Amino acid sequence: MSTVISQIFNGLQSGSVYALVALGYSMVYGIIMLLNFAHGDIIMVGAYVAWIMIAKAGLPPAVGVVAAVVGCTLLGITIEKVAYAPLRKSPRLSLLITAIGISFFLENLAQLVMGAGAKSMPEIVSGPGLSFAGANISFVAMVTIVVAVISMVLLTILVQRTKMGKAMRAVSEDMDSARLMGISVNRTISFTFALGSALAGIGAVLYSCAYPQASPTMGSMLGLKAFVAAVLGGIGSIPGAMIGGFAIGLLEAFVSAVGLSVWKEGAVFAILILVLLIKPTGIMGRVITEKV
Amino acid sequence: MLQVNDINVYYGPIHAIKGLSFEVRPGEIVALIGANGAGKSTVLKTISGLIRPKTGSIVFDGRDITKTEAHKIVQAGLAHVPEGRRIFLQMTVMENLEMGAFTQKSVSEEDLEAVFTRFPRLKERRRQIAGTLSGGEQQMLAMGRALMSRPKLMMLDEPSMGLAPLLVAQIFEIIAELNKSGTTILLVEQNAGMALEVAHRAYVLETGRITLSGTGAELAESDEIKKAYLGG
Ligand SMILES: Nc1ncnc2c1ncn2[C@@H]1O[C@H](COP(=O)(O)OP(=O)(O)O)[C@@H](O)[C@H]1O
Ligand SMILES: [Mg+2]
Repeated sequence: MSTVISQIFNGLQSGSVYALVALGYSMVYGIIMLLNFAHGDIIMVGAYVAWIMIAKAGLPPAVGVVAAVVGCTLLGITIEKVAYAPLRKSPRLSLLITAIGISFFLENLAQLVMGAGAKSMPEIVSGPGLSFAGANISFVAMVTIVVAVISMVLLTILVQRTKMGKAMRAVSEDMDSARLMGISVNRTISFTFALGSALAGIGAVLYSCAYPQASPTMGSMLGLKAFVAAVLGGIGSIPGAMIGGFAIGLLEAFVSAVGLSVWKEGAVFAILILVLLIKPTGIMGRVITEKV
Repeated sequence: MLQVNDINVYYGPIHAIKGLSFEVRPGEIVALIGANGAGKSTVLKTISGLIRPKTGSIVFDGRDITKTEAHKIVQAGLAHVPEGRRIFLQMTVMENLEMGAFTQKSVSEEDLEAVFTRFPRLKERRRQIAGTLSGGEQQMLAMGRALMSRPKLMMLDEPSMGLAPLLVAQIFEIIAELNKSGTTILLVEQNAGMALEVAHRAYVLETGRITLSGTGAELAESDEIKKAYLGG
């Protein structure tokens, strides 16, 4: 029993990170139909920013956390403006190829600037764990889950209730119609990237708490898993990304718990294949009718 | 209020609008009629900034808007109710109206009441997802949403499309009422009979060119129009 409970918390902890990252994939897909394969690498940049601030500059962890989130947000906005916005009227394939190019660019840039080896991250948060039904739950796990849940609640309120959030939904449903309402599509897309990247920044920090290392390629596997989470939940759907993220985290935890941890990644990609075969629209996905 | 001066619009190699000029004066209902594919929707999209003319100019309310971005044109007081309504189907009726008021600082209760008075059905259904509305209700929502931006000029693209005759009559009645209460109207229709009845003036569009123009009554009487658009 106690192992089951600790595995559930392990799953929720990594699931929190997957969910935060999956949200970025889903929101961007929802608004410009782009699978933003550079999204995972934003996390890597966030982790390096935190490392530079905390380990190199010796600033307090809180400063590192804020810098990582702000850095990711600015990076996300910049990538959209520089690389994707000029391709607004191009075929979707050009956009996808550009995203993959940006991903390689960021990984290689990190390698060039920071070196290929991993940097070890100092402790960001620490505190007493919790004993719950015989299982030990680490402080980091609790912080991760709580921060992720709060972020998701805030995001939901923002998207459902605020003027900008509604504009985001309007643009993702019908871009031209949104323009006719007086909504600036470019600003709304920028805002979406900012939000998704800020969540990735939070994800980067939480991930660094669990795996205290920064390396140039750390974002690619994390990004891929989060992408699978987004597809599982229904790409384009915000609640879907949250559900998908936690589902993938839990799946991994249980595959590891039954002694098949080498198959952890395999299981995630098996899910991707299954979803694409059985229900490509995912759990929360709506049938996407091609716009005429 | 609106002057369209010698515009040429292309879709890639297709020359859709060929040297078109016309005007809409304050307080008028002007109809643009023509067969499917004549270029009516293209004209409206060009005016509202969704597409750009290659040459020519568009002046609205004394201001050259030829190169103005679409979302800023709405701000200037020009609303476009597009063909096929294009309401936000996954948002509620209320949210659609809020989007209509996007250019306003906040959603004014007064404007909302005015829309609900004109379209009581929308009030009943304000919490409903717009995709669950009937065709007629969707058209009303599209018009109500446009009204929320407080337009000086409202452009309507085939508001009667796909509606039962009774509803069509109702929609045209509403258009006439809106006009009486001070909104200038540019109306695009394939339903030439109804359009000419309600319009002060009308233009006939054929493959990107204006071939005829006159008052609604004149055109309704013209033999050419009767033959081509009014079924004899
Ligand atoms: N997006 C587009 N791409 C290419 N050609 C188009 C496009 N939209 C319209 N056209 C062409 O432009 C012409 C005018 O179309 P449109 O303005 O929709 O006519 P109408 O509204 O009078 O039915 C038609 O020949 C149509 O095929
Ligand atoms: Mg048309």
